[in-house]
Amino acid sequence: MSDSKHHPNRLGLWGWLGGGRWGLERYLYALHRITGLGLLAYFLLHIVVTSSRALGADQWKAAMDAVTGPLFSLGEYLVFVAFAFHALNGIRLALLELGFAVGEPIEPVFPYRTSVNVQRPLAVIVLVLAALLVAAGGYDFYVLQAH
Amino acid sequence: MIRDQKLWAWHIVAGLIILVLLGLHMVTMHLEGLVPLRVLNPVVGKAPIDWENVVARGKAVTMPVIYVLLLGAALFHGLYGFTNIVREANPPRWLARTVTALAVVVGLGLFALGSWAAVAAHLLARKL
Repeated sequence: MSDSKHHPNRLGLWGWLGGGRWGLERYLYALHRITGLGLLAYFLLHIVVTSSRALGADQWKAAMDAVTGPLFSLGEYLVFVAFAFHALNGIRLALLELGFAVGEPIEPVFPYRTSVNVQRPLAVIVLVLAALLVAAGGYDFYVLQAH
Repeated sequence: MIRDQKLWAWHIVAGLIILVLLGLHMVTMHLEGLVPLRVLNPVVGKAPIDWENVVARGKAVTMPVIYVLLLGAALFHGLYGFTNIVREANPPRWLARTVTALAVVVGLGLFALGSWAAVAAHLLARKL
């Protein structure tokens, strides 16, 4: 936090790129923030663009025509991918926050044991479900909608 | 000044609201080939973003309510998350406060625009 004097965040945002001893969960942490920022940027523009529906058919069609094309289609799919990951990883984070899937608390006696191995299956499940959703979305975007 | 603990709790609650409503939005708009929801895309042969389906959806009184709820939850969740990311980088206090103030202004401005659009589009759809 900004008031910290004893442990300044010297790595700053670069710390996102290094998993270090935290492994997979650290990369999920970074990816959650990157996808969150991407979704936010898209969402702020999305509000402005889709507000044109209140002005009538012509304005709506003009707004939709302005965001049509293969590049926008790819961007839209990436938004879907970001949503799939961010939503499922968000469920994982909320579960962990509420104390689920972290195991029973134990005495901190040497040799210390980490709860990361208890949490890992949930992270793997999230990645598998996100991959399935991304594949289903890709099939819909690029196969079903292409016909 | 609202304590961070409360804001964090609202952040999680907003995330759950988004999960349900944005999930529905994504299925309606982007997975209509795999999961066709005729209630939300009633005009057969038209894409979800075609004006005919926009009007058909907009006639229901629940739509502006859902849109405004999703809008508020998503703006709060996204902008509060953004300010947290900025604060993680340990910026000077004045910068953190400026970013927070900007997030509040942008959030309120877009909430006003989006809410107006949701209500105005509903009124327009009912006239057509």
